[in-house]
Amino acid sequence: MNIPATVSYTDTHEWVRLDGNDAVIGITDYAQHSLGDITYVELPAVGDTLTQGAEMGTVESVKAASDLFSPVSGTVTAINEKLADHPELVNQAPYEDGWMLRVALSGRPSGLLDAAGYEKLCQE
Amino acid sequence: MSELLETPLTAWHRAHGAKMAPFAGWNMPIQYEGILAEHGHTRSAASVFDICHMGQFVARGEGAARLLALAVTHNLDTLKPGKCRYGFLLESQGGVLDDLIVYRMGGDHFFLVVNAACAEGDFAALSERMPGLVENISARSGKIDLQGPASVGVLEKLLGEDFHDLGYFSFRESAFHGQPLLVSRTGYTGELGYELYPSREMTLALWEALLGDERVRPAGLGARDTLRLEAGLALYGHELDAEHTPAESGLGSLLTSTAPYAGHEHAADIRRQVLVPLALDGRRAARSGDTVTLPGETKSVGRVTSGSFAPSLGYAVALAFVDKAHAGRESFSLMAGKSVLTARRARLPFYAGGTARAKLR
Repeated sequence: MNIPATVSYTDTHEWVRLDGNDAVIGITDYAQHSLGDITYVELPAVGDTLTQGAEMGTVESVKAASDLFSPVSGTVTAINEKLADHPELVNQAPYEDGWMLRVALSGRPSGLLDAAGYEKLCQE
Repeated sequence: MSELLETPLTAWHRAHGAKMAPFAGWNMPIQYEGILAEHGHTRSAASVFDICHMGQFVARGEGAARLLALAVTHNLDTLKPGKCRYGFLLESQGGVLDDLIVYRMGGDHFFLVVNAACAEGDFAALSERMPGLVENISARSGKIDLQGPASVGVLEKLLGEDFHDLGYFSFRESAFHGQPLLVSRTGYTGELGYELYPSREMTLALWEALLGDERVRPAGLGARDTLRLEAGLALYGHELDAEHTPAESGLGSLLTSTAPYAGHEHAADIRRQVLVPLALDGRRAARSGDTVTLPGETKSVGRVTSGSFAPSLGYAVALAFVDKAHAGRESFSLMAGKSVLTARRARLPFYAGGTARAKLR
């Protein structure tokens, strides 16, 4: 299981890479592995406002659909357009080519987990 | 919860990293390397599926042909030894208790393959309709499906026998390691393939021997479901149930038997709903149980019975029971969670590239 120390995590299996006032968001290696082959990703639109902990989209695998929850509050500035035709990128490289969206933060997120905390969660 | 049943291959699945899940009371492999990869490999090469959970019965003895013809919808008048046929076990009002394949071994000797979840009820119904003539052999027989365009070559190499002459829905007795092995040219994927019925003891050895061919990989029930859906094949409990007749499930054309079988008065009735194949606009899938409406309306006119992204097509497909007054429409809306998906009528099979019926000779 790949749990890089360079990003923060939620207990709903999203990751967030904080970069100044920006955040890049995706789902974790653990999440993509649990879901299996991802066939569809529904993301918010550029300009949409996100609230930390609120639903922001959906990930579908062959067998099921799962909600995505925003790890931060802010405004969407970019989405990964490649996922529309190539959702398998989330399986192949969840922290790199499989990123989902970039957000301009409206405040500092609270309660995120570090790698050690997230690893513990995954082992529970 | 009661203990899950295990097939002779369960330990193999675990040792090979399969994701396991309960299915009809059995602990079954859902996937190994991934559903999409297994689906694609079955369409392009060959896969083996552990199907040992399915029920297997033998019906034989004096009067078996006459009584079986009254018990199931299969037309036995035209079913010769060496041939098998798909059909239904109905309740008296025409509702489907199960779908099953009947193999004619001889005049009064048949082999029946039924769904795992229905096996107990099927055995009770059949025993009532043909007392003393039906035996449940599920505990001592296995089932491995070998499916995919490469399957004929794999089978011929393994068994050292020509199978090009075995036509669709034909079967014959072969041998593996000196033990009898029933080989049937049937399947549930839309591809050229075989259903193999080894003894329980021989199942693991056959499974490993098939996987010894580099063209063959294991596939789980996840890929089996996407393959059968693309091929437009019904799954009991979804497209078939006791609330619907075979005709409502779109399978009325299979009702060719002229025998007064149980449920025959109503089998061809369209009482309430019709099964409609649907192609969705994109990759997003509707799921079993989702509500069907007319476009722009909110009133339910049906429900989705199966739905998935179709890996060989690149978009999602679904099957749905639609109220008969609306079943002729061209477009529908599907309520998938909070989203409304647009669907248009499609034709079966959804995936037309399958090799199941290929003439090999």
